[in-house]
Amino acid sequence: MTINELQDNIIEEFSMFDDWMDKYALLIDLGNSLEPLDEKYKKPQNIIEGCQSRVWLNAELNNGVVTFQGESDAVLVKGIVSLLIQVLSGHTPDEILNTELYFIDKIGLKEHLSPTRSNGLVAMVKQMKMFALAYKSVNS
Amino acid sequence: MDKQQIQHIRADFPILAEKIYNKDLIYFDNAATTQKPRCVVEKIEEGYYHLNANIHRGVHYLSQKATEAHEAARTIVAEFLHAGKREEIIFTRGTTEAINLVATSFGEAFCKKDDEVIVSVLEHHSNIVPWQMLCERKGLKLQVIPMNEHGELDIDTFKSLLNERTRIVSIAHVSNVLGTINPVKEIIRLAHEKNIPVLVDGAQAVPHIAVNVVELDADFYVFSGHKIYGPTGIGALYGKERWLNAIPPYQGGGEMIATVTFEKTTYNELPFKFEAGTPDYIGSTALAEAIRYVQNIGLENIANHEHELLTYCTQRLYEIDGMRIFGTATEKSSVISFLVGNIHPYDIGMLLDKLGIAVRTGHHCAQPLIDSLGIPGTVRASFAFYNTKEEIDVFIEALKRVVIMLS
Repeated sequence: MTINELQDNIIEEFSMFDDWMDKYALLIDLGNSLEPLDEKYKKPQNIIEGCQSRVWLNAELNNGVVTFQGESDAVLVKGIVSLLIQVLSGHTPDEILNTELYFIDKIGLKEHLSPTRSNGLVAMVKQMKMFALAYKSVNS
Repeated sequence: MDKQQIQHIRADFPILAEKIYNKDLIYFDNAATTQKPRCVVEKIEEGYYHLNANIHRGVHYLSQKATEAHEAARTIVAEFLHAGKREEIIFTRGTTEAINLVATSFGEAFCKKDDEVIVSVLEHHSNIVPWQMLCERKGLKLQVIPMNEHGELDIDTFKSLLNERTRIVSIAHVSNVLGTINPVKEIIRLAHEKNIPVLVDGAQAVPHIAVNVVELDADFYVFSGHKIYGPTGIGALYGKERWLNAIPPYQGGGEMIATVTFEKTTYNELPFKFEAGTPDYIGSTALAEAIRYVQNIGLENIANHEHELLTYCTQRLYEIDGMRIFGTATEKSSVISFLVGNIHPYDIGMLLDKLGIAVRTGHHCAQPLIDSLGIPGTVRASFAFYNTKEEIDVFIEALKRVVIMLS
């Protein structure tokens, strides 16, 4: 599936809930079921320091596509990390770099990514694109 | 205060009737900033509509009125802190600017390489960083008073930190994270035995406790207007006259000078020496109005009501399994920092927000304190006189629901 198809799937999944608490319950589920990041990747250079919660992000390039793994100490943030990985992992650096992430806005979680919410997520999206940019130069 | 009185007070604060995500707002973030009563907002409006002219310079009617209002506000602040002289009150942008003023000007006049400054482990960043900057600038050393497991300062260690190199002690009256009311009078007495001056950061104290700077014998006492129901961007520094005369001006500009030539400028007398530029005379008059409002209710009534809320909420929080309250000092202000089990404070705060409840989460601008507790941060509920037990009941039920979701 393309990145946009993956984004549309998530939008559809979230659109089933009207109530905010249900959306958050889904996010918590996603967070709890995110595969824990291997301790060896929880190194200082993989930390994206947010003001309130910490996010670790690791990326690898295999067969021309980037795979991401990540984790956070806050479960809601972990839920969003899980969504970002679902959408961006397994795609080429070019695909990642050319993506506009519209699903966060559409599912009503924009507040998590606004620059005034300091939970490391803005930095995380930026970091995912930076990984893609770095691997793009490896690819070419 | 009875229910009727509280309802009467709540009607003075229009924001308390706001709906957040279609739910009644419960505002428990008063240690960050307090809401404003109508009279304070009206004072700002009245100032701009009927009183606005630059002060101290004009010969005209409005300028005279504005000057009088600004100076009357100074008198009100002086009386509020029980300062001996109104000239000992300097208007600043808030606590942060007041501490920076003292750290810079006192540091300039009295500190040299290898001298020491004492703060405590429970300080807000605004009472750490200005001193660290002074330490970097002039090669001083920062000494830190530790605390016990209840969040009370270790006075014996403090005594041992005081020495002939100590130039100043700067200490919070009330901790913004733990609510601990520090024994500032004793701290000042001990420091004065060695002729060391003390600055008290009163940001978290003045909305809750009657302060008498002369009785405390504080050399400097600072606070912010917005934490005592006044506007943002205005606060005050109290300094003993002899200290304020002994330290150089902080900023240069208009108002603070006596005469200016390109060869030599002489400075104005107190308090103007420290108020460079056009002062916030609208803010100062609105702050004075806020103080009047608080005094009308009475700080003793406020303290009693808030103490009731603190006790009730603490007791109800312990109904929740895994409740960990940080800060259990005997002398405690109406601030409760807590965690539930190992749930991240951010998760609790985000979900409470969705239920219309405003709390603060994180390190509360006191990272060294949070680090010393070995936790990622806390959830903090802080009360004001307009909060009620009914709000606490809603908060507890919401918290129980949130904890179930996150467990």
